[in-house]
Amino acid sequence: MTAWIIALAIGALGWWINARLAHGASSDSRTVSLAIPVIFGVTIIAMWQVLVTMLDVSAVILPAPSAIASRFVNSIPILFADFVQTIIKGALTGFIIGMVAAFVVAVIADRSPFLTKGILPVGSFMAALPIVGTAPIFVKWYGSDWESKAAVVAVMVFFPILVNTVAGLRDTTAMQRDLMRTYAADYWTTLFKLRLPAALPFIFNGLKIATTLALIGAIVAEFFGSPTVGMGFRISTSVGQLAMDMVWAEIVVAALAGSSFYGAIALLEKRVTFWHPSQR
Amino acid sequence: MTAPVISASSLDLTFQTNDGPVHALSDVNLDIGKGDFVSFIGPSGCGKTTFLRCIAGLETQTGGTLSVNGMSPDAARRARAYGYVFQAAGLYPWRTLEGNIRLPLEIMGFSEDEKKARVKRVLELVELAGFEKKFPWQLSGGMQQRASIARALAFDAEILLMDEPFGALDEIVRDHLNEQLLALWARTGKTIAFVTHSITEAVYLSTKIVVMSPRPGRITDVIESPLPKERPLDIRDDPTFIDIAHRVREGLRLGHADD
Amino acid sequence: MRSALPIATVVVVIFAIWTAAVVPMNIHLTADLAGRQDIAVTPETPRERQEVGAISLALQNTSIWGMTYTLDRPNLPSPHQVAAELYKSVFTVAPTSRRSLIYHAWVTLSATLLGFLIGAAAGILLAVGIVYNRTMDKAVMPWAITSQTIPILALAPMVIVMLGSIGVQGLLPKAIISAYLSFFPVVVGMVKGLRSPDHMQLDLLHTYNASGPQAFWKLRLPGSMPYLFASLKIGISASLVGAIVGELPTGARAGFGARMLVGDQYGQPILTWAALFGAAITAALLVAAISLIERKTLGRMGMRMAA
Repeated sequence: MTAWIIALAIGALGWWINARLAHGASSDSRTVSLAIPVIFGVTIIAMWQVLVTMLDVSAVILPAPSAIASRFVNSIPILFADFVQTIIKGALTGFIIGMVAAFVVAVIADRSPFLTKGILPVGSFMAALPIVGTAPIFVKWYGSDWESKAAVVAVMVFFPILVNTVAGLRDTTAMQRDLMRTYAADYWTTLFKLRLPAALPFIFNGLKIATTLALIGAIVAEFFGSPTVGMGFRISTSVGQLAMDMVWAEIVVAALAGSSFYGAIALLEKRVTFWHPSQR
Repeated sequence: MTAPVISASSLDLTFQTNDGPVHALSDVNLDIGKGDFVSFIGPSGCGKTTFLRCIAGLETQTGGTLSVNGMSPDAARRARAYGYVFQAAGLYPWRTLEGNIRLPLEIMGFSEDEKKARVKRVLELVELAGFEKKFPWQLSGGMQQRASIARALAFDAEILLMDEPFGALDEIVRDHLNEQLLALWARTGKTIAFVTHSITEAVYLSTKIVVMSPRPGRITDVIESPLPKERPLDIRDDPTFIDIAHRVREGLRLGHADD
Repeated sequence: MRSALPIATVVVVIFAIWTAAVVPMNIHLTADLAGRQDIAVTPETPRERQEVGAISLALQNTSIWGMTYTLDRPNLPSPHQVAAELYKSVFTVAPTSRRSLIYHAWVTLSATLLGFLIGAAAGILLAVGIVYNRTMDKAVMPWAITSQTIPILALAPMVIVMLGSIGVQGLLPKAIISAYLSFFPVVVGMVKGLRSPDHMQLDLLHTYNASGPQAFWKLRLPGSMPYLFASLKIGISASLVGAIVGELPTGARAGFGARMLVGDQYGQPILTWAALFGAAITAALLVAAISLIERKTLGRMGMRMAA
């Protein structure tokens, strides 16, 4: 009972601070905009900590944040090895393969309006399918190491990037294309000088969707078979051993990796498509 | 008189659309001489823009002949015989002003020194020197349109084709740009074909005014302007100016009468 | 439908590539099998064949190409094998049988739908809260956006075990995974939708002195519909993926995920492929169903679909 009262008090306090900040004079400043979600997060973690320790919740159900943090700090070598195996070798390699393949297919398809018309709906349809389910097939083909994970990731990221690139390449106005014709510019010149730059905002949209998919693919594919390293492997074995603190530590790694990967692409987007109305 | 730069005889163009054929141009005969400033005026659908696009080789006629510099329009396009200014500036938002003007020069393979010199020269010509590093979206509409004229001038084609270049600008900016355009024409001696739907603009700018009317698109009147080459803005109050404007208006009204 | 022919062409091309790939993918297995049946194969021994690439082996043994399409346990099943398995497990077995794909589809689908309903309802509620409460907007919205960059699907096995250890089993754990996967896209889409009316439209209601609830029911909610449906389509396919992945690490006995796992573990790739296609068809039907409701609703409201 006391535990609930303390937790609720913490929650009310956090909310009260945030409400003051959100309705305060400088609520739109960068610092406050950043502080409010951080305070919210800290409040949730504090309530979680209080409830779990004071109510003696079994670590099998929900470990305390402090337990997760200490597990994280004590397992950095393991977590790092898992990170390299899953994120760098699996997700990143697959992401690059899928991206390059999507670009190549998009540029080839782009030469034919007929193909483009077919690829757009088929591609969007494929992008909505549970492609992660192909994991067992790829594990069987390419073995249990990172190559099979990269293959799953490549297929998963391929369709959203393809659809967005093809759509982006079509996104020039008749006037812009006529201008290139008045210069008697050939196909490749038009592609590189006009249509690719114009397509960049679309392409980045596809890339951002693909970052999350890449991580999901690499982690989930490890549930189907992996060497004794990797985030998916660690999650499924730790679940089996009821070592929930380790599972949570891996999830923290996944969250950090996911948001930094996404952030890196978003940053690159800001640099490259600074001219687009959505970025100005 | 020397051979005309642009020459059309019995030009016909029919578009096939879903609602049946559209007769966009019918029996168009016109010669444009070197150094002429020719305006095309008429209501929408009269084929003035279509005719300009035919000259540019962006459309192909279905009948008659059309020659540009003694070549077919398509050959003239390949020889980069003209600069084209569209209704909107259409500058690339990802390139600076300088980068936008370099675009045709890059495509046409000019040397680096040449590119630099030309960009500098045409920016001065349109009074945009000092704005090289700005992006188009940081500039006003009038400045963007001036930059697009600079882009069309950069590779020094003898012919300038302009499709309602100032149509989207307010009248005060438009007056200013008209003055600048005349000065530029006087300095460069280019042959200019100019599409507009403003009577004042057409009379103020042109040595020759071509009045067109729709269904089918055709020429109803060609007026040689007696106005001097030097034209201050207040020439628009001159009786000769008003007479010409009156004749253009009459021509437009006649074109409408057969609806 | 002007794009029907291009779509058909692309689909035919994909199936053609698949069909063509069957030969090299299966040629080593087929050659071993042919060798055991005393059919002449070059090179003769399995060890020598391991040294040869799939394509050159296929070119040296054109006579056994037909066999690559009929293997019991192929590396890559041919389209007709998958189609036959789908037909067999959908139409020739009673839907209540464990060998029926309909049975497994229902197991996965029920978790998907339950989870999707919970997730979408919660998402809409939170979105309304975010739009009307400034503190909530500032505190929760950044997390909702960040959550889309995180592979939250990785939580799935833990959720199953966590709920299992407090005695919750069966449908509900999977539904919860489905719910939280559809929750965040719906929140983000719905917030965008509720904020889509512009200043002029809101000002108009101000001039009528409309109350807050009136502005909500007459402007914000109808205005949000195109965005809501766009995010519901994303949400429902995420829900299905969530339910399938939720079946994987727990050794579930039924569902698409279980079926894929069984095919994988017992060396029956055709089963895995049939389950995969079953899941794909289910996903397509779910998205199509939402699209249909979307078209009906928006059509009646005289609105267009959000891009």
